[in-house]
Amino acid sequence: MSLALSLNINGQPRTVDIDDPRVTLLDLLRERLHLTGAKKGCDRGQCGACTVLVDGRRINACLTLAVSLDGADVITIEGLADGERLHPVQAAFIEHDAFQCGFCTPGQIMSAVGLLAEGHAGDDPERVRELMSGNLCRCGAYRGVTEAVLEAQSTLAAAAREDAA
Amino acid sequence: MNRFDYIRPATAAEAIAAAAQPGSAYLAAGTNLVDLMKTGAARPERLVDITRLPGLDRIDWSPGGGARIGALVRNSDLAYDPAVRRAFPAVAEALLSGASPQLRNAATLGGNLLQRTRCAYFFDTASACNRRAPGAGCDAREGENRLHAILGWSEACIATHPSDVCVSLVALDAVVEIEGPDGAREIPLEALHRLPGDAPDQETALAAGELIVAVRLPPQAAAVASHARYLKIRERTSYAFAVVSAAAGLDLDGTTIRQARLALGGVAAKPWRARAAESVLEGAPADAATFARAAEAALAEARPSGDNAFKIELARRLIVRALSDALAGTPGQPPALPASPFAAPAGARHVA
Amino acid sequence: MSLETASPLAPYPRHGSNAGQPITRRDGELKVTGQATYAADNHPEGLLYAVCAVSSIARGRVTHLDVAAAMAHPGVVEVLTPANRPPLALDPNVKHGPFGFRLEVLQDDTVRYANQPIALVAAESLEAAVEGAALLNPRYEAQPARTGLEDGQRYAPAGVGVGAPPRTAHGDVEAGFAAAARIVEADFETPAQFHNAMEPHAVVAQWDGDRLTLDMPNQALVMSREAYGAFFGVPGANVLIRSPFLGGGFGSKAILNGPQLLGILAARHLKRPVKLVLSRAQMYGPVGHRGRTWQTLRLGLDGQGRLTALRHRSLAATSSFDDFLEPAANASLHAYASPAILSETEGLRLDIGTPGPMRAPGEASGSAALEAAMDEAAEACGMDPLDFRLANYAETEPGTGRPYSSKALRECYAEGARAFGWAGRPLRPRQMRDADGLLVGWGVGSALFPCPHFPAEARATLRADGTALVETAGVDMGQGAWTVLAQIAAEALGLDPARVEFRSGVSDLPDAGVAGGSGHTASAGLALHNAGQNVIARLTELAAADPASPLFGAGNVGVTARDGRLHRRDDDSRSESYAEILARAGQPLITASGRMARDEEAVQSWAMYSHGAVFAEVKVDPDFGMVRATRLVGAFAAGRIVNPRLVRSQYYGGMIWGAGFALHEAALADRRTGRIMNADLAEYRVPVNADVPSLEAILVPEEDRYVNPLGVKGVGEIGITGTVGAIANAVWHATGVRVRRFPIHIEDLMGG
Repeated sequence: MSLALSLNINGQPRTVDIDDPRVTLLDLLRERLHLTGAKKGCDRGQCGACTVLVDGRRINACLTLAVSLDGADVITIEGLADGERLHPVQAAFIEHDAFQCGFCTPGQIMSAVGLLAEGHAGDDPERVRELMSGNLCRCGAYRGVTEAVLEAQSTLAAAAREDAA
Repeated sequence: MNRFDYIRPATAAEAIAAAAQPGSAYLAAGTNLVDLMKTGAARPERLVDITRLPGLDRIDWSPGGGARIGALVRNSDLAYDPAVRRAFPAVAEALLSGASPQLRNAATLGGNLLQRTRCAYFFDTASACNRRAPGAGCDAREGENRLHAILGWSEACIATHPSDVCVSLVALDAVVEIEGPDGAREIPLEALHRLPGDAPDQETALAAGELIVAVRLPPQAAAVASHARYLKIRERTSYAFAVVSAAAGLDLDGTTIRQARLALGGVAAKPWRARAAESVLEGAPADAATFARAAEAALAEARPSGDNAFKIELARRLIVRALSDALAGTPGQPPALPASPFAAPAGARHVA
Repeated sequence: MSLETASPLAPYPRHGSNAGQPITRRDGELKVTGQATYAADNHPEGLLYAVCAVSSIARGRVTHLDVAAAMAHPGVVEVLTPANRPPLALDPNVKHGPFGFRLEVLQDDTVRYANQPIALVAAESLEAAVEGAALLNPRYEAQPARTGLEDGQRYAPAGVGVGAPPRTAHGDVEAGFAAAARIVEADFETPAQFHNAMEPHAVVAQWDGDRLTLDMPNQALVMSREAYGAFFGVPGANVLIRSPFLGGGFGSKAILNGPQLLGILAARHLKRPVKLVLSRAQMYGPVGHRGRTWQTLRLGLDGQGRLTALRHRSLAATSSFDDFLEPAANASLHAYASPAILSETEGLRLDIGTPGPMRAPGEASGSAALEAAMDEAAEACGMDPLDFRLANYAETEPGTGRPYSSKALRECYAEGARAFGWAGRPLRPRQMRDADGLLVGWGVGSALFPCPHFPAEARATLRADGTALVETAGVDMGQGAWTVLAQIAAEALGLDPARVEFRSGVSDLPDAGVAGGSGHTASAGLALHNAGQNVIARLTELAAADPASPLFGAGNVGVTARDGRLHRRDDDSRSESYAEILARAGQPLITASGRMARDEEAVQSWAMYSHGAVFAEVKVDPDFGMVRATRLVGAFAAGRIVNPRLVRSQYYGGMIWGAGFALHEAALADRRTGRIMNADLAEYRVPVNADVPSLEAILVPEEDRYVNPLGVKGVGEIGITGTVGAIANAVWHATGVRVRRFPIHIEDLMGG
């Protein structure tokens, strides 16, 4: 079976031929397109290391069959920065030391970007913690993650006000 | 994961025809099915991708205030829908207490209803499991069964249904709309999942090829909106399945309970509507003594299936708390930690 | 030019240097953009995917594998089983080298634990390899699995942990107990825990003739290079291990394991590059874990609440075929003043994968029991738990009487207690509730970790443009080696870190030793420090001998190196840049080596530990027994802090591990089959963000002139010690219930 998928990945339209419907989005990105930023920590939706945005929403790429995504828009960690300029979430993660080994970090960051787009946390750290709990960090960088998300939110809000003015 | 055929029909009729073939399974987000296929607990020969079927991702409202929720509505969209939150807050809170934001963004309501048990012996293909392989036996019965069923189990199976939202839905008399090879029908959600008896592999009332297309919440279910909670005991503050959970709703006439809704999760192979407890509550004063009697009634038939007697007492206490919290009033906005005993209710009380 | 000498002991590092600054991680941008490359991110041309099939029984043998079914699956190119597995140069049933473990590399059909590799499938795609492994559908001849106290075999071990004695006695404990006014005794049980680094073990192996390149996460690059080479009959120099980033290690990536060896073997056999990544479930067996313990603490106390004797016994589980034993009982040897201390460990053989070192081996599980027992003793004496610990403060090392090289534990207690708000804590339990009616409890635990050092080497090169290259085969598994080691090297070279290029993470660089034992920063850091100082010494020689230099003749008075210039010590205005010195001397560069070195006499004379105090607040639902560690405050003294930002992160991480230990983590083996029924990340619960809402780490200043010339101790593991006990003690304080089996469960606290 050969299946041609149209995907928009990090702003680039791509036609991807896959010969196997078993391929998950995560394995498609990592093993076939060599976009290895998204990580495989559990392969079962239990850790969040594979988090990417599909049609603007954060999801676990490991539990998504690639074939079912024909036509989708996918953003991975590789597509987040604006050229050399880091996304505010990325910059805040560095500043707040929101990672140690870095393995869960692409998933944490994509999850944080999704969280901010969803807009349900407000400036409540408890809500941020709850809404970042789908991303395990075995190194234990949670304090920095929460601080970084809140700071990135302020940065983005300030930028939005500037744009509006 | 075994090899399979993948088809993506354009209409429900085509999907149903394809799925009626033996070895078929419907695929929506796949958050449960793909996981089961990875462990080998599910090995379908054909996946029928229903994600492109038209019209199943909408929430429609009846003039009377009932909701018809398409089977493909995502958990997060349902949870954050302002009208759903207003009319059926316990549905929203249950959804938000389940899984993770990523999973809620993908998972659909229909998929949630049909998710399989988390019993480790069901997932582990080296274990005997009557649910996975009829007649094989049940290795959970004498195994690691601290979190297994306390109601409605049988010697053949002691698994529980893991859904959170089903608990709230079943309390609210949700109805499941089904289309199948023989046409459309509807059944109460309470009748969708079956207790194991001696055929635990017969998990639901669905026939081959039948497709859940929507879940309806009747307008009457909104009567408890201002006094409704979902509470969930977990072994981690978030991102964990329920040890025991409860959905409680009260419709009050002064201090008297006019109507009560109560259901339990994590206790049985189905979301467990506690009708005996509701009978105790209805017409009784809304106070601690009544709640305690209701809890006794709800667990009257409970018995441990293993190393889990504590869950019976836990469920009793949870019922009392859920009813007390419901009596105090639905929080104005979902707590920061939805359904958690550690969440102080935030903001003003709910206005339905 | 190369100088192969260690620097003589230097005085305490100079002021105004860049080390000590909280700079952000040098690898931060790579990590936040997804550009940091972990082992499984590599895709050499012609790659095959290999997947292990693992046993579902814990003891017995494999009688049949459906190799034909696997081979028939499209894309599968080879199935390796004991029947056709190519030979290895070493017997995996024999322990090789100081950290050698017995391994399963398909040497025969026996099964000695669940999840043991029993075959390997290689295929053109990952999907085909995974399904090929499933199609093998093994049949077994199973023997009853030995899974617990009832059926395990007890034995007297020759050693515990990594070469520690199984019994250590100081003084006469029986006399101490006889003299005691009061005896407190308690039994504790700790479960099997798994490292569960977020990155599964992985290898991408490529052979070119008898040369081997390995992309793999590895905590001991040069040592592993030799070990892998030996298994394949090639010299270590032929093996290149690239491990620039590890997605966590925690001890599980320092030791060879069967699956990675199989991946390498498959690559040689198939003459193509092979990638093998363990599934999460497969990490519950062949790659080590923290072994179960059953511990008994017995404390003798005098009328003033001082220890008269301390006895710590532990029964520690290990495999049927190897000997690593969690050295929990040894945690009591160094913690508190007592005229008599006895630690004893017995082994218990079970049909499990061999345990190994996991973050704070022994210290974590041992301090959990010790700190909880100390709390029970404080209660028995009617004393505040902090006062009780102060009453038993060790002014010199218990047992040996050696002075401490430094010990700011008293300051840790004081600063931690102040930040936490310990004063006014009710003595009795179940006295505090929050506004929502939740029970509130406060607990304290002492934290301690020794300061091992490991052999390490480094090279520093000063270049003509005044920048430097420093090199050592260091390991960054998240602790921050890319940053901190570069800071140490830059300081030694008198350069801004931005002008220092740091090469690390690959095995053809000077040996940086093992990243473990909380000793990597000190060990590799000393090597880099000495290499840098040797470069500066050589540069100084050049300048001092050059009449054209403002530093001419400075040899006796000496120079200081700062911001890329040498300054006369007696006249700071007389200075010259490195580039100028090199240019005039006509030297394109200066290279020097350095080794980890410290004063061996000091090592013998002084007792060296990092110390700390952890204060925990928990809230407990009075009806449900649900616990949340709502506040953790740790105050730690670990000598000189090279980078406060990164050190805090280490402490937070350790404290979160403590919360996981106390409240969440346990592997559940089916007692009939020995199969772990929660071999995943959903039911084996590591803490999530919402579990730890408030963390604070206080860096208590501590100057140590003896531990090593840098004054640096270790910070990687101490955070978990003390925390487990602090949380358990807080749970008691909230509820009045002493739970002595970890993790603490709901039903333990539901009361009547």
